[in-house]
Amino acid sequence: MHIMEGYLPLNWCIIWFVISFIVVAFGLYQIKKIVDETPESKALLAVSGAFMFVLSSLKLPSVTGSCSHPCGNGLGAALFGPAVTAVLATIVLLFQAILLAHGGLTTLGANIFSMGIVGPLAAWLVYKGLTKANISSTIAIFFAAFLGDLLTYVATSFQLALAFPAPSFGSALTKFLVIFAVTQVPLAIGEGLLTVIIWDRLKAYKPKLLDKLGALAPNEA
Amino acid sequence: MKTSTLIILAVVCIILFVAPLIMFNGHGEDDGYFGGSDDAASEVIEGTGFQPWFSSIWEPPSGEIESLLFALQAAIGAIIIGYAFGYWRGQSKEE
Repeated sequence: MHIMEGYLPLNWCIIWFVISFIVVAFGLYQIKKIVDETPESKALLAVSGAFMFVLSSLKLPSVTGSCSHPCGNGLGAALFGPAVTAVLATIVLLFQAILLAHGGLTTLGANIFSMGIVGPLAAWLVYKGLTKANISSTIAIFFAAFLGDLLTYVATSFQLALAFPAPSFGSALTKFLVIFAVTQVPLAIGEGLLTVIIWDRLKAYKPKLLDKLGALAPNEA
Repeated sequence: MKTSTLIILAVVCIILFVAPLIMFNGHGEDDGYFGGSDDAASEVIEGTGFQPWFSSIWEPPSGEIESLLFALQAAIGAIIIGYAFGYWRGQSKEE
């Protein structure tokens, strides 16, 4: 999902930067509020960020024959919501842009938008919807992580098709979706399973904290 | 969940990522397999005639250094997760 350094026209760089900046700023405000209200959630915040660090460093082979990496953004989104996850994604993306030449500083806004905003927003909506319907949070987190990962790549495809609608927006979108989204399906399933394992242990060790953050289904609380 | 269920989930995960290695065994980057999707997208963009207008301020000078930094990224994440879960596990046992 990394759009490489310099691979986006300047006007699009600015648009994505502005949108991402607003969400990240709101996320920082939310982090301050969460840490003030429940100081014990600090470690959980660190774990959510660390989970993204690990997963986005793993480039995995897919059945389409090319490689891609998961995002790890579903966990943070289910626990803290999309804006906080956007802040965590920014840290990961900065590390990769500066030290690994993966993604870039000019495309940082666009990459935060896909991995930090669209993916986590989808994950959060799915997670909240399923848990509200009293579906076990362990099952809900699978779908949240799966869709958070997949929609991150769908968002990148849309961003690239908008910037490079050649010969037409539709055909460009199809081309980018084939490259990104299709490759991503098995990876997203894998990410869903890994997130379920982490979630199960979290529920076993920190049930009160999860309840306090409102991250459990009503019948589990 | 029972520990055995968790192990099954982990095994399914491993199979999911070993399968492509078996399916495309013998193929390599030279005949178009196991390349990165990010690079594939960059090629499509270049195909439209677009010239990248900015390049990375620093790039890992070799594949070795790149793998060092990727391993470092994974290690930083893993140590934080391991520390927190170890701490929480100990805490929940005391209670």
